[in-house]
Amino acid sequence: MSEKTPLFEAHQRLGAKLVDYSGWTMPVQYISSLKEHAAVREAVGLFDASHMGEFELRGKKAVEAVNHLVCNDLSLCVNGQAMYTGLLNEAGGFVDDVVVFRHSEERVFLCVNAANIAKDWEWVLAHTRGMSGIEANDLSAQTGMLALQGPRALEVLSLLCPLPLEKLKRYYFIDGEAAGVLCTISRTGYTGEDGFELYCPSEKAEALWWALLEAGKPWGIMPCGLGARDTLRLEMKYPLYGQDIDEQHTPFEAKLNWIVKMKKEAFIGKEALEKQKERGVEKTWIGFEMVEPGIARAGYRVFSEGRQVGVVTSGNFGPSLKRAIGMAYVEPLCAKEGTVLDIEIRERKAKAQIVKTPFWKKGA
Amino acid sequence: MKMEGQIPEGLKYTQDHEWVRRNGHIAVVGISFHAQDTLGDIVFVELPEVGSMVVAGKAFGVVESTKAVSELFAPISGKVLRVNEALATSPQLVNAEPYEKGWMIEIEMSQPEEMEALMGASAYKDFLLGQ
Repeated sequence: MSEKTPLFEAHQRLGAKLVDYSGWTMPVQYISSLKEHAAVREAVGLFDASHMGEFELRGKKAVEAVNHLVCNDLSLCVNGQAMYTGLLNEAGGFVDDVVVFRHSEERVFLCVNAANIAKDWEWVLAHTRGMSGIEANDLSAQTGMLALQGPRALEVLSLLCPLPLEKLKRYYFIDGEAAGVLCTISRTGYTGEDGFELYCPSEKAEALWWALLEAGKPWGIMPCGLGARDTLRLEMKYPLYGQDIDEQHTPFEAKLNWIVKMKKEAFIGKEALEKQKERGVEKTWIGFEMVEPGIARAGYRVFSEGRQVGVVTSGNFGPSLKRAIGMAYVEPLCAKEGTVLDIEIRERKAKAQIVKTPFWKKGA
Repeated sequence: MKMEGQIPEGLKYTQDHEWVRRNGHIAVVGISFHAQDTLGDIVFVELPEVGSMVVAGKAFGVVESTKAVSELFAPISGKVLRVNEALATSPQLVNAEPYEKGWMIEIEMSQPEEMEALMGASAYKDFLLGQ
């Protein structure tokens, strides 16, 4: 049985195409994933992200406890600031990629991937068990999450929210009411556009959803499904857990070095990463665009001069770019920008070129 | 729109959701409204070369949407006379006009009797409703 988000009935009313996505019944599209993608790039779109998980850690040393679990350094954040990071295993591989929210020294909130809620919860409990005064709560079931994304998101949300949202900087958050619903509002997202993510009590999620859709009407707001979410994140080369990153891949291999702070005191996976840094990575995650017709999909093999040098992890048509793009792990010697590779698409090979990422740049 | 969508009379349909429009020994082939609706936004269509042979029931090309990759199966056998070149740059024509500008290939039928095995509009509708 697939789980339902608090917005299940709203999706049905809107005529969404529903699919099972890592155990959740989710809208893949409402009208057209291309139109939904365009709405987010050009104006504003609204996503249900309530399948995501939320944990809270409380206690005198909450920041310290989380800092031991993640590879980025939460001590660099001020209260009210969020950070993208990884929960790593001892081998340096991703248990998950998460966003941590520093409410205060004593209270930290984690947003985790839907498919990983149970695994992450076990992981957090196992690694905080010995710590005195740390209390962990899994708030996933009682928390709804909406993502309002696009260049008009600020104007739309400002209609419903008295807070000075224009002053909220990227990756900062604030608690307050939107449409009368108490939320944590963060200036974050998974699309490459300006926007906000709103965490609210799940029983209030539907009221907030309809209020946002109503407020966004002057800008042509569209409810957006997972299809648009995937092409938007693809154009930014944002990794999707389970596809682009997993327990077998480290942040260094995924070229996410910026989320690793090696100067930080011990954290899980640090020793493995130190060794990897010394000896170098064996594969590296690159972005490519197709030079010849075709779309490279996850699992397709990548060749250079007839020899397999890697595997595609994500690929699709980039709607804003109007060309087919993708990502792959390849051997470091073949990972230079400009390198032309052959990707096996069904029975033929199609040329692709490694390009600078993110693929999509505002105003390009 | 009901799930069966538009099913024009006068065409023949396959269980793989291709349609055929016959004109003498020439047949035009595309995918049904239901097929494009299920696939979602189509972003790439791979068609065979003009002059190549297709065989009934065998794959002759691929259609890709933002969601998935799907094979195209030939409803009938024969030689490919023309392919819809417009789909190379405008694959979304398959969504917009699946039975008209979104056509895919034109075949010179080698075994016209294969047409008899295909469904008419009402049989195809029943087939969709029974799925």
